[in-house]
Amino acid sequence: MGKAMNHREGSVMILGGGIAGIQAALDLTELGFYVYLVEKSPAVGGVMAQLDKTFPTNDCSL
Amino acid sequence: MLTNADFLALEGTAGNFTATINLRPRYIDADACTACGLCTQYCPKHHVDPYNEGLAITRPIHIDYAQAVPATYYIDPSSCLFLQHETCQICVPVCQSHAINFKQQPEERKLNIGAVILSPGFGKIDPKTLAKFSYGKHPDVVTSFEYERMTTASGPFMGEVKCFSDGRHPKRMAFIQCVGSRDIGCNNGYCSSVCCMYAIKEALVTKEHDPEVDITIYYMDIRTQGKDFDAARERAEAIGVKFVRAKVADVTPWENHLQLTYATLDGQHKFEPFDLVVLSVGLESPKDAQKIADITKIDLNKYDFCATDSFNPLQTSQQGIVVAGAFQGPKDIPESVTQSSAAASLAAASLKAVRGKGVEMKIYPEEQVVAADDEVRIGVFVCHCGINISSVVDCAAVANYAGDMKNVTFYTENLYSCSQDAQEVIKKKIKEHKLNRVVIAACSPRTHEPLFQETLRDAGLNRNLFEMVNIRDQCSWVHAGEPELATIKSKDLVRMAVAKARLIQPLPEQTVPVTAKALVIGAGVAGMTAALNLAEQGFDSVLIEKGDGIGGNLQNLHYTLAGDAVQSHLKTLVDKVKQSKKVDVLCNAELVQTAGFIGNFASVIASGKGKARVEQTVDHGVIIVATGGREHRPDKYLLGKSKKVVTQQELEKQLAGKAKTRAPGSIVMIQCAGSRGDDLNYCSKVCCNHALKNILKVKEINPDSQIVVLYRDMRTYGFAEDAYLEARKMGVVFIPYEVDLKPEVTEKGAKVQVRFFDSIMQEEVTMSPDLVALSVGIVPDDTDTLSKLLKLPVTANKFFLEAHVKLRPVELSVSGVYVCGLAHGPKPVDETIVQAQAAAAKAAIPLVKGYVKVDPIVSSVEQDKCIGCGLCVSLCPYGAIVMQKVDGKRKAETISASCKACGICAAHCPTFAISMGGFTNEQINSQIEAFGATGDR
Repeated sequence: MGKAMNHREGSVMILGGGIAGIQAALDLTELGFYVYLVEKSPAVGGVMAQLDKTFPTNDCSL
Repeated sequence: MLTNADFLALEGTAGNFTATINLRPRYIDADACTACGLCTQYCPKHHVDPYNEGLAITRPIHIDYAQAVPATYYIDPSSCLFLQHETCQICVPVCQSHAINFKQQPEERKLNIGAVILSPGFGKIDPKTLAKFSYGKHPDVVTSFEYERMTTASGPFMGEVKCFSDGRHPKRMAFIQCVGSRDIGCNNGYCSSVCCMYAIKEALVTKEHDPEVDITIYYMDIRTQGKDFDAARERAEAIGVKFVRAKVADVTPWENHLQLTYATLDGQHKFEPFDLVVLSVGLESPKDAQKIADITKIDLNKYDFCATDSFNPLQTSQQGIVVAGAFQGPKDIPESVTQSSAAASLAAASLKAVRGKGVEMKIYPEEQVVAADDEVRIGVFVCHCGINISSVVDCAAVANYAGDMKNVTFYTENLYSCSQDAQEVIKKKIKEHKLNRVVIAACSPRTHEPLFQETLRDAGLNRNLFEMVNIRDQCSWVHAGEPELATIKSKDLVRMAVAKARLIQPLPEQTVPVTAKALVIGAGVAGMTAALNLAEQGFDSVLIEKGDGIGGNLQNLHYTLAGDAVQSHLKTLVDKVKQSKKVDVLCNAELVQTAGFIGNFASVIASGKGKARVEQTVDHGVIIVATGGREHRPDKYLLGKSKKVVTQQELEKQLAGKAKTRAPGSIVMIQCAGSRGDDLNYCSKVCCNHALKNILKVKEINPDSQIVVLYRDMRTYGFAEDAYLEARKMGVVFIPYEVDLKPEVTEKGAKVQVRFFDSIMQEEVTMSPDLVALSVGIVPDDTDTLSKLLKLPVTANKFFLEAHVKLRPVELSVSGVYVCGLAHGPKPVDETIVQAQAAAAKAAIPLVKGYVKVDPIVSSVEQDKCIGCGLCVSLCPYGAIVMQKVDGKRKAETISASCKACGICAAHCPTFAISMGGFTNEQINSQIEAFGATGDR
């Protein structure tokens, strides 16, 4: 079995690439850690990417 | 980033896990795909589009949306003709970059990691639960998620709200709340916490589309407990959205309409016809919750969400694994974002020893030298924003117009300038046409300028050689009804930007070093948690407390709704703070003065009492504001006048005591006694839960106690709903009152009397309970002083105002200052702890880096021209200008790291000695001149 092995010291796995996972990933990289953001669908973004506008600023969710 | 990935296994222990991940094939080579979309055009097979909630048809080979990250198409194997039947393959020759590869195989990967954050989100309610509302049977009954796609401008209907049955525009719409939540019929006893707010948002958006639509929201309780959320409800009511407290029994087709049957509080059954019905569906635990639990061995609660406790709200039952977002319990975006930052700080603390070992710094290409006398070569990119801009503004005309301008060497249009493929195009064009200024006409620089500036850096250009024009907000949105004029205005704005672009110059990037220490103000649970978390991440802090001792409001609490013993948790926390070598506690302390800026603050702190009071100066890099709040004491309902009227906090204290009569035989509780427009103009969020925890305690001690709760909306959001149900099962009576018909409390001899209108029995009732307990709400502790000292904005309700309510919930507008706890807004202890951990995460970022970057658009003083009048110093709202003696003369000087680039100083300088980076007088004048030079447009 030719399994790829990713070995990095100081790394964290985040399961789920919605707004929560993305924010945690951004903060952790800024805090000096390598992050594997594991997302089951083909793109990150989660449900927030499906929303039209967000309250109260009517900002585009994307 | 590992997408299309399944989580298969986790072995090892905290600090040294090995995760097994299966990467499913996309059948498209991510490096080769340019996201051109040709494959989707040619693919002959239809595929129901899950991104659009099944409301649109796409093809098996597609991308969910243009801005998707990664910007790579993929093939859904479930409907691809080749992957199902080994035919077709039309896409293979169509793809110009030969990216399609049907030979791709699943790939298993092992990741060696130190910690895990679980953020799998939430699942959706089973359509079976929705059947009684004719969902699936009648096309005009939709879920709120589907409706969200319907109102989206870039969605399948381009934002047009129509009935599916015959395409007519609905005139009457209903929202049904609590579909799949607070519903033991589908085993979801909890409240999903977000549906009331999103229904109000969707109602407001609908009214914006068509003010004539008649909208009714059917609800049990409107739970807009979030910060300033009640204001949205009031706004909705003001523009005519109707709120009806009723339980909807069913929705049935009726002629070409829908008939909604509902029961009101007084027991009446009513019918109402509607054109479109939106089901406000709740959030369920993620579909794979059990699988995740099996792999990670974490415990789930009875609703299959991740089990945690109030004092460790993100810690799962396994060391090294933390949770964030809706998997911890249904929640909205700001709370998810807060939890994620908090989870990051917990993971960072647990892996402190290996911090920085795994990261690679992004290396930018060497910056191309752009000299002042080089030929100006401007590239103009006009964005369609899907149809957000192009449906109103003639983008091609705007681009062509720009093409005729002096110095514009290149111009084009983009479908979505922010998409990954468009970035590549921009980089390519910069190189190809040797562009040295870039103008992008698109959306708001507030959200997208950093992205485009990054693109410039990637292309080897200084990021300030960039000018952005907002033709979405300022043209297509506000002039949606006047496309020609919107196009002319877009041309005007582009002309002005090009004029400015001719004059912009590269600005150097600056960094300043950081003092790796924090000042934490307030030693309640928020301040203590933040300081301890920073200590765990390896940073020192000074924790100042105005009172005699640390502990804050938690000292007044004795138990939680979940049954935690508050005082023992508090003792542990206080002991930890006292023992920590990295937390320096100062009591009877206050901040006297703060100077400096992010990374380099110097604060004068006075501490101690009487003669022992001393002042000291502390150097620190960041500030965490955790000044807390306290119980509001309204001058109402005889509080403070009758011994029989107490606050919930006083009742809690009594119940935690030992007196035999501590649980009275009859109690009337009055909710919102002070909150929600009474004295305080907001919901205090915790009072409903506070009342319930006292109710359950009373019932535990004295099961015969008769309790009546008078409320406006019971806001037992999330899992607290279970307690609400339990109380009702125990016979506690809950009666809603209207805001203009408040209960009255009077004293009659030794007794108190409560008189109220019983909306269930429809009659006035008078009771003489043993005790009246008031849910009084929360007010912030003095925020004025700190607001002035640190120049921090506060809301109308005197809580500190965060930098962005959704996406930057713990940062304040002043760089390097963060907020948590009651100082930010009313919240329960678990949310306070999470927010404190999140503030610690954000505060740790500059401390870890050791430097802060300064935006190059800050002000600078040309000292030859400065006459030393000092006007700028007195006007600067951020204390970012100081007077210096230069050769014996007074001269102004900017502290770059403090400067927010507001421009007040430059606008007021009588000798024009101050200029703003990227906004010089010359540049602005050129824009104004260009505005007038309309020429032939």
